[in-house]
Amino acid sequence: MELEAAKMIGAGIAVLSLAGAGIAIGNIFSSYLAGAMRNPSAAQKQFPNLLLGFALAEATGLFGLVVALIILFAF
Amino acid sequence: MAANPMTQFEVYRIGPEIKIGAFDISFTNASLFMVISSLAILMIFSIGSKKNSLLPNKVQLLAELSYSFVSKMIGDTAGPKARPYFSFIFALFMFVLFCNMFGMVPYSFTVTSHIIVTFGLAAFVFIGITIIGFIKHGFGYLKLFVPSGVPAILLPLIIIIEIVSYLSRPMSLSVRLFANMMAGHTMMKVFGGFVISLGIVGGWLPLSFSVALTGLEILVAFLQAYVFAILTCIYLNDALNLHH
Repeated sequence: MELEAAKMIGAGIAVLSLAGAGIAIGNIFSSYLAGAMRNPSAAQKQFPNLLLGFALAEATGLFGLVVALIILFAF
Repeated sequence: MAANPMTQFEVYRIGPEIKIGAFDISFTNASLFMVISSLAILMIFSIGSKKNSLLPNKVQLLAELSYSFVSKMIGDTAGPKARPYFSFIFALFMFVLFCNMFGMVPYSFTVTSHIIVTFGLAAFVFIGITIIGFIKHGFGYLKLFVPSGVPAILLPLIIIIEIVSYLSRPMSLSVRLFANMMAGHTMMKVFGGFVISLGIVGGWLPLSFSVALTGLEILVAFLQAYVFAILTCIYLNDALNLHH
C-alpha cells in the first residue's frame, strides 16, 4: 500500500476515538439532568463536577484527534 | 480549495532576530499575545482595585468576581491549607483564560494552542507540587502511591499503576488544553472555508453554524482554563492533605 494512503486511513481510524468521547459526554449530561430533576436543590452544588467530568471525558477523545494530527502532519 | 486550516498556528518573528548561542529568542507573535494578555490582566486588576467603592463599577466587579470565583474554587477542592498558593493558582487561571479568550478574536493568535506553552505550564505545576509534597511530608509523600485497604497481593501492581498515573499528569494536563484549543480553532477555520467555497448561495448554512461554533468555543475557552486551574488544585490537595 502506498504510504500516503496508509497515513490517511490511519488518521481516520485514530479519530474514531471521538465516538467514545461523544458517548461519554452524552452520558455525563444525561446523568446530571436526571439527578437534577430528582433533586433540584442539590443540582447547583454538583455543577463544577459536571464541568470537570465533561472536560475529562472530552480530553480522552481529543487525545485520539492529536494522534491523527501527528500521523498527518508530523511524520 | 479552502486555505490550510493549520496556517493560523504558525509562529513567526516580529522585529529583529535575537540569538543567544544556538537558541533563537526573537520576539514572535506568540510572545506578543502573551504580553498582550498579561498586560490586559494587569490593567483590569490595577484599575479594578484603584477605587474600592461599596457600589462597584464594571471593572471592579469583574476583578472581584474573578477573585471570589478562584478563592471559592480553591477552598472547595484543596481546603484552607492551600490558601498560601492562592496567588499562583489565580495567576495561572487568569493567564490561561486570557490567552484562550484573546485567541477567539479573529486574526489573532492562540498561545495555548501550542503544546510547548501548555506543557511548560503543566510541567511547572507538576514539579512545583512534587517539591511541595516532599517538603511537607518528607519521604512520607511516597505513601501517595500506596492506597490503603488494598490486598497485599495486588499491591505491587497498584503501586506501578499509581506511579504511571502520577507521572502522566503533566502530559494529560497539557495535552487536554492544547488539543481542545487546537481542535476548536481548526474546526472553525474549516467551517469558515466552507462559507467561502459554497459562495453566496449555499454559504449561509456553514456561516450560521460558524456563529454557533464561536459561542461554543468561548465556552470551551473558559471551561479549559477552569479545568486547568481546578486540576492544579486537586493535585495540590493530594500533596497537602495526604490521607490515604
